[in-house]
Amino acid sequence: MPEPILRLEAVGKHFGGVVVLEDVSFDVRAGSRHALIGPNGAGKTTLFNVISGVFPPDEGRVLLDGLDLAGVPSRRRIGMGMARSFQNIRLMPHLSVVENVMLGQHARPGLLRKLKPVGLLPKSRERDEALEVLDRFGLDAYRGQVVANLPYGIRKKIEVVRALMAEPRLLLLDEPAAGLNSTETAALRDFLMEVSARGVTLLVVEHDMPFVNSLCEHVTVMNFGRRIYDGPAAGAREDEAVLDAYLGTHHKKGASDAA
Amino acid sequence: MSGYMAGVLAILGINVIFAYGIYLTAAAGQLNLGGAGFQAIGAYAAAILSVELGFGIVSTIVLATLAGALIGFLIAFPILRTRGVYMVLATFAFAEVVVGIILNSDTLGGAMGMIMFDYIETPAVLWTAAGVVAFVFYLMSTPIGLAMRAVHDDEPVADLMGVNNRAIQVAAFASGGALAGLSGALYAFYFGFVEVQYFNAFLSIFVLLYVLIGGTQTAWGPLIGAAFFTLIPEALRIGEDWRFLIFGVLIVLMMIVRPEGIVTRDAIDRIVARLMPGDRRA
Ligand SMILES: Nc1ncnc2c1ncn2[C@@H]1O[C@H](COP(=O)(O)OP(=O)(O)OP(=O)(O)O)[C@@H](O)[C@H]1O
Ligand SMILES: [Mg+2]
Repeated sequence: MPEPILRLEAVGKHFGGVVVLEDVSFDVRAGSRHALIGPNGAGKTTLFNVISGVFPPDEGRVLLDGLDLAGVPSRRRIGMGMARSFQNIRLMPHLSVVENVMLGQHARPGLLRKLKPVGLLPKSRERDEALEVLDRFGLDAYRGQVVANLPYGIRKKIEVVRALMAEPRLLLLDEPAAGLNSTETAALRDFLMEVSARGVTLLVVEHDMPFVNSLCEHVTVMNFGRRIYDGPAAGAREDEAVLDAYLGTHHKKGASDAA
Repeated sequence: MSGYMAGVLAILGINVIFAYGIYLTAAAGQLNLGGAGFQAIGAYAAAILSVELGFGIVSTIVLATLAGALIGFLIAFPILRTRGVYMVLATFAFAEVVVGIILNSDTLGGAMGMIMFDYIETPAVLWTAAGVVAFVFYLMSTPIGLAMRAVHDDEPVADLMGVNNRAIQVAAFASGGALAGLSGALYAFYFGFVEVQYFNAFLSIFVLLYVLIGGTQTAWGPLIGAAFFTLIPEALRIGEDWRFLIFGVLIVLMMIVRPEGIVTRDAIDRIVARLMPGDRRA
């Protein structure tokens, strides 16, 4: 069994008196496509914030490649191979699409590279790379536009592209399919499959279960800040606790919607 | 070039450099309402270096610029502990402190000011301004410039993208202080004297308005803003009193029609699209 790329050890987090994460432990295997699911308010986004260093855990440890991240500033983590997207889109509103994507290259090493007048050069490796990924995502037409004016689904995709630009080994995606239509969701799934095939580990928070089932082979389920399931995706669909806490109600909700 | 024109252009050049000094912090998301303080530091540093210590013009200007940078660097640390309107007030207070120190200092001539021995002419000011404009356009086109704009838009996310927010903000204050100091040194050499009354609160307000009304999203903003507010009053031959009124009216109008400034990304995109219909360059 290879060393996990990401290991959570008894992670706990509370805000004031409210316990949001409690004793959360699981491993993310290098190269895997791993889903993190659970009802609203389960603590999934909070866990992403702890992993990416937005705030430290109150208890427990986060290890990247076996290295304890305590004391590693959040801004250094992207350079260590970990990039993320945000549930509530956090693109830079005054930057163009391609500029937002190129911001994803910021953590790459090299001071000289940071002094290159990319914005004035008609052609540069940095811009070409960004344009290439935008192209592959079908976002070419938006490259020069300011993101504030773009539709939700488009901005959601740009977030994924920006995170990818950092060339991460571990990609954390917080509800990447939210707000996408079924065609776009399918395209996103295919694209993430491709990303995965290139060796990038995926940890994906998502409510869209068909998307999760078709993308991820491993699932961790959370409820009320606790891990209630961690194992193969197929197993989660038969697990009592998971059905009770999440999938069951999910299906019931779907049924009542249909009724 | 008539003497009058030369004078207007020199003031324009000084104002443009000054505006870029304020722009660099604004582009990274901080409002500096202490512009007059930084300009005064440059002007008085030039006066001391040139008159008292006998430095040549070029070395004086370089050292006065560095003095602005050093003060900008040092002041950044306490100022960056504050946020929003408190930061604006802190920078404002800084400028008042600078002026207060000068007023009460005999070495600096107090309210009498200092007289310069050496002079520079309009072309020197304009060439320097051109160099500053080129430098800022260059800087804003680099990944560092992109990071500055990212810090302006969303600090926590910029941080997660690997941007060192604190370093960017301190550097913005230091380089902004350098340009404001440079503009002060040029002012001293061009007008031949420095008097503390010139570096008053209105000056700080005006230069910040040049920048905000020009727009902080692109490097064009301060150029357009400074040019607009230097040249329009001259063209209309209006005096100081009317200048205030026009400023007031324009600011209110701007807040209503173009809250992000005259030059915005959108505006540039539209102009480019119109001039070069086939061009899809970002
Ligand atoms: N900064 C904060 N301060 C106080 N409470 C917070 C904070 N961040 C999150 N919470 C609370 O923590 C709980 C978990 O929130 P979190 O956003 O992690 O849930 P989630 O699993 O991502 O839910 P969703 O599926 O709706 O995105 C919620 O009750 C939320 O209100
Ligand atoms: Mg969430």
